[in-house]
Amino acid sequence: MSFRQPSILPGFGLTLGFSTFFLSAIILVPLAALVMKTATMGWGDFIRVVTDPRALASYRLSFGASILAATLNSVFGFIIAWTLVRYEFPGRKIIDALIDMPFALPTAVSGIALTAVFAENGWIGQHLAPFGIKVAYTWIGVVVALTLIGLPFVVRSVQPAIAEVQRDLEDAAETLGAGRFTIFRRIVLPTVFPALATGFTLAFARAVGEYGSVIFIAGNLPMRTEITPLLIVIKLEQFDYKGAAALGFIMLTMSFVMLLSINLLQAWSRRRIVAGAR
Amino acid sequence: MIRFNKQLLLAAGLGLMTLLAGCGKSDESSGRVTLLNVSYDPTRELYREFNESFSRRWEKEHHQRVTIKQSHAGSGSQARAVIDGLDADVVTLALAYDIDSIQTKGKRLGADWQKRLPDNSSPYTSTIVFLVRKGNPKQIKDWPDLIRDGISVVTPNPKTSGGARWNYLAAWGSVLRTELGGDWSKLDDPASEQAVAAAEKKAEAYVSALYTHVPVLDSGARGATNTFVQREIGDVLLAWENEALLAIKELGPDKVEVVVPSVSILAEPPVAVVDTVVDRRGTRQIAEAYLKYLYEEPGQELAAKHYFRPRNTAVLERYKEQFPTLELFTIDQVFGGWKATHEQHFADGAMFDRIYGGGSKPK
Amino acid sequence: MAGGPSKEMLAEIASRPGRDTVISSVVKYIFILLSLGFLAALLFAPLATVFITALSKGWEMYFESFKDEDTLAAIKLTLTVAAIVVPTNTIFGIAAAWAIAKFEFRGKSFLITLIDLPIAVSPVISGLVYVLLFGAQGWFGLWLQEHDISIIFAVPGIVLATMFVTFPYVARELIPLMQQLGNDEEEAAITLGAGGLMTFFHVTLPKIRWGLVYGVILCNARAMGEFGAVSVVSGHVRGLTTTMPLHVEILYNEYNFVGSFAVASLLTLLAVLTLIIKSLVEMKRK
Repeated sequence: MSFRQPSILPGFGLTLGFSTFFLSAIILVPLAALVMKTATMGWGDFIRVVTDPRALASYRLSFGASILAATLNSVFGFIIAWTLVRYEFPGRKIIDALIDMPFALPTAVSGIALTAVFAENGWIGQHLAPFGIKVAYTWIGVVVALTLIGLPFVVRSVQPAIAEVQRDLEDAAETLGAGRFTIFRRIVLPTVFPALATGFTLAFARAVGEYGSVIFIAGNLPMRTEITPLLIVIKLEQFDYKGAAALGFIMLTMSFVMLLSINLLQAWSRRRIVAGAR
Repeated sequence: MIRFNKQLLLAAGLGLMTLLAGCGKSDESSGRVTLLNVSYDPTRELYREFNESFSRRWEKEHHQRVTIKQSHAGSGSQARAVIDGLDADVVTLALAYDIDSIQTKGKRLGADWQKRLPDNSSPYTSTIVFLVRKGNPKQIKDWPDLIRDGISVVTPNPKTSGGARWNYLAAWGSVLRTELGGDWSKLDDPASEQAVAAAEKKAEAYVSALYTHVPVLDSGARGATNTFVQREIGDVLLAWENEALLAIKELGPDKVEVVVPSVSILAEPPVAVVDTVVDRRGTRQIAEAYLKYLYEEPGQELAAKHYFRPRNTAVLERYKEQFPTLELFTIDQVFGGWKATHEQHFADGAMFDRIYGGGSKPK
Repeated sequence: MAGGPSKEMLAEIASRPGRDTVISSVVKYIFILLSLGFLAALLFAPLATVFITALSKGWEMYFESFKDEDTLAAIKLTLTVAAIVVPTNTIFGIAAAWAIAKFEFRGKSFLITLIDLPIAVSPVISGLVYVLLFGAQGWFGLWLQEHDISIIFAVPGIVLATMFVTFPYVARELIPLMQQLGNDEEEAAITLGAGGLMTFFHVTLPKIRWGLVYGVILCNARAMGEFGAVSVVSGHVRGLTTTMPLHVEILYNEYNFVGSFAVASLLTLLAVLTLIIKSLVEMKRK
């Protein structure tokens, strides 16, 4: 197989060249600095830093809460996107415009506001407290914060895809007697799935690294509610750039592997769908 | 293939241009002098007023206008910024350890910096006190009360907050004070080695117990204050005296009140001129005058007004109602200076990490 | 059938293509309810907190917050940064999406993953890497100092960090969409003799319009709202290197809750901008 399959479309060299150059300048060179910094510490030190019990506990929290948040977002994000694209109801446009807010609001503000809402004296927190559910200053709070900041990813990825689902195809299927679930599974899902997977991936990726909003709502207790980015900050405060770089490197590697596997899976499923259509 | 390369080149050029568009030189307007004071969080209010006062004074004496720019954040991250090249003419931080780091890691000022100005280069001091709910419903009076059953204590993370380190050390020192009967010379006396070791054990047990009473470790002092006052978490907040008094003024005297323990630590936030910066920018004279002004009466008066304990006894006398007397110990007396303290308590795998069960020992 | 859907309503439902049962309207209301419930708890409540605090001392105090010199400087800086970052990343996004979606080549998934990477990098690290490069102790630190160029703790550093953080957004919106749409129409256009640019503007662009709009909006929102990475490289010099999010934090830490949340509420105006852009695009289509 050659580097690329032939196509009659122009612009491959230009666009790929520009993309890779820009990618290298903005992303790869800086990240190389991170890797080099990590490389200046010995193996022993590296292993010690990244396998510290507190670091291990923080990976569990950071990655676990992120997966949970991304899953929640995929379910509700799909429902919200579907609602916004397909249904007409009062206030739809305003709600549609507000979806981006978690991005525009500085993360610190989201964190402070969420804590105010979910603390035991907050609007929602006070109604949960009688049931023994504590959100602020527990791992649930972390999940809530991460869900909020990841929401726009899923909704905004899925929205254009849902708009693309061909109504007439659905209608034809229905006329032919297909059940609602079958239509969803055979027509809607294949069209929306790549976008949904993208949304999940991005929401997850963003959640793993999030710092600003989480530190306000998490409680930050070592071994319990301490996220990995906080550990990095702690290392930095001690002028331990190498330790910080090492933890950053580990996070980066784990995220990279997860992202790559999801992207490969997606590429594979896309090929399968395309092949199936022919 | 040649065409392909040309396109690549074009693309590269385009990318470079967009990059360059983002870079530029920082320009310095020459008409007036500017100073950058890099400080920590709780001094915002103080320096806002102090800078105005100093500008007026400088303009009157030297017929030159001066603008003082302020930067505030956590003390540790501010020190890091200066090490990494933030051009601070003067630094006014929470602990000497942070300025020491600028010296050792950044080589931006002389090793003797703390001897250049009076009183360990700390023009004002503070201490650690308790902030409790109005009326002190849980009757918290002194250090031992903090680890009673059902008491919940809010203090920030000593790893990320300078103030929290003073909290931790004040708690630790309070136990040593009780155990050793206030005779700090015992710490260096080989004859009382056993007594000191026993006292250190007690202190460790106390501080370990204290942190089991902490439900939230905020990353900074102001964050902890907000958790305590706004979110109503905890029964007592360990805080700088100046922060506690300011919180009462800003957030409501009807909500919280200060409890002064029997003994606490003398917190000395130091100030220094950053040599490499003032020499390059030619601002040494004005930077030195700026810090000296902190020691003069108007500067001391402003410090006291913003709840920092002034060194000047006449000014202190005027504000004595605001600053109750209590027994204070210093970090040099009890812990042997910041470097030793950091290694024993706050470094990776040191005491604080061990309290939380994590932290394999370094090397 | 008292209390059930009225005749008109049923007729209206029946008139919609493929929506001829009551079940579908039940599904519709469940979906709307779920959406609203989820958003209410997670998004509207915090937003309301912001506005209630910002307005807690009345409109006058609210507007008073924006008269502050440093606040205005922060707003200006944020707008400047966004004005540089968003167009740059949009051009990149379109180029990358064209290369990736329109052609099959080796290592494509790898390339996509690299593009995703900045999202996964903790903001703290995104700031740190530029300090490692351009800081006084960094790779280029000495050279920059000799030539008296400031990148870190100055506007260029803030621009770079923001660019890093917002880098993937446009590309990531466009790639799945363009893959989904396929190449048939573009190939037809080229075969009929249209040039590359013409094909892009007349065939591709109308189809990816929405993805592009969302991508630019997301990129812009993130560029204006980024806190962590910018915080590391800014130096926090008041009135000089503080962006809006940093200024929000400063004000909050000064117990100036009204001013702080007032500035934060300004960022919600972006939602209004979103509305305008979307209506414009919709109008153009008609």
